[in-house]
Amino acid sequence: MDLEKFILAVITTNPKKVPSGVAVFYCDNKEEMDKVTANLEAILDGIAHALTEDLYIIVKH
Amino acid sequence: MSEYTYSILLGIIIGTLTRVYMLRTDYRQYPTYLHGKIIHIALGFIAAGLGTLAVPSILEEDFTAVTFLTIAASQFREVRNMERNTLTEMDSYELVPRGKTYIEGIAIAFESRNYLVIFTSLLTTLGYIMTNLWGGLLVGVIAFFLSKILMAGGKLEDIVEIEYVEPRFDGSGLYVDNIYIMNIGLPERRKEVLRYGMGFILKPKNFDSRSTIANLGQRQAILHDVSTALGVYRDSGTPALVPLAKRDLDDGRIGIFVLPQERDIERAIEIIGKVPTLENAIRMPTERKKKEEGM
Repeated sequence: MDLEKFILAVITTNPKKVPSGVAVFYCDNKEEMDKVTANLEAILDGIAHALTEDLYIIVKH
Repeated sequence: MSEYTYSILLGIIIGTLTRVYMLRTDYRQYPTYLHGKIIHIALGFIAAGLGTLAVPSILEEDFTAVTFLTIAASQFREVRNMERNTLTEMDSYELVPRGKTYIEGIAIAFESRNYLVIFTSLLTTLGYIMTNLWGGLLVGVIAFFLSKILMAGGKLEDIVEIEYVEPRFDGSGLYVDNIYIMNIGLPERRKEVLRYGMGFILKPKNFDSRSTIANLGQRQAILHDVSTALGVYRDSGTPALVPLAKRDLDDGRIGIFVLPQERDIERAIEIIGKVPTLENAIRMPTERKKKEEGM
């Protein structure tokens, strides 16, 4: 069976909330987080979803 | 020239004309210009010939000749396969794909139109031989309009009410009315989505249409048709900008979210209304009740 959805990367400003087993990008503030997410979204061809204010994930659909 | 020459000629002409009439390239842009059309007109001509020839064969008591109609059937099943394969191949390169249900619907239409041509030619020739040229023409015209009625399927506007709703964000969730569409993380993307996005609510008119528009293929067909007609604000590498259709589980309404290049509400509503109800999506749960009562 093919995986249909997959978390490609996690971008966060809160080191406490980071899951394991996936590429994580720490950022210092919200601005940097938005920038990194926008770049990653374009590079990875995935969609950026916001789980909480300080935690974004990039998902391949 | 045999005694049947003129009747056969009339049958073929009326049959081919029927096919040409049914082969309209509309806003859905299918079949494509010229080459796609030539294929179908040629096949329509063959179908007309086959339908026409069946009549003199029977009259001459050459009954085995009628078996070539079975060859015609397998030939036109091949047309359906051809259409299905071509469209499926192309679908992966569409910005908003047609979806398998829509493709199957188109393929079935192409096959059945050839049978309508056979039917028209057969009746026309029969009419000519039984009466005269005018009798043949009359039968031909009647069959022509009958084909037109048989060809036309239902439209979405018959089964749903369409209403425009401005899409909105609640946190990172995108909503059309109260129907959740998707989660969009980046504030910048959200702005884009709000600038270009349009939302529509399809309210089913009865219980049958509720199941019909719930079909994923039917929903994809709506998205494809709107995106073809109004353009789409999307490119490869921007998967977040995707038109979507989601369902309200409580009452079966469908929330349509599209990103057209041309934001024309009235035209969009008109286009959604003109989307064909796909044969494979039509459900009639209420028919079952009726039958049970009748028993």
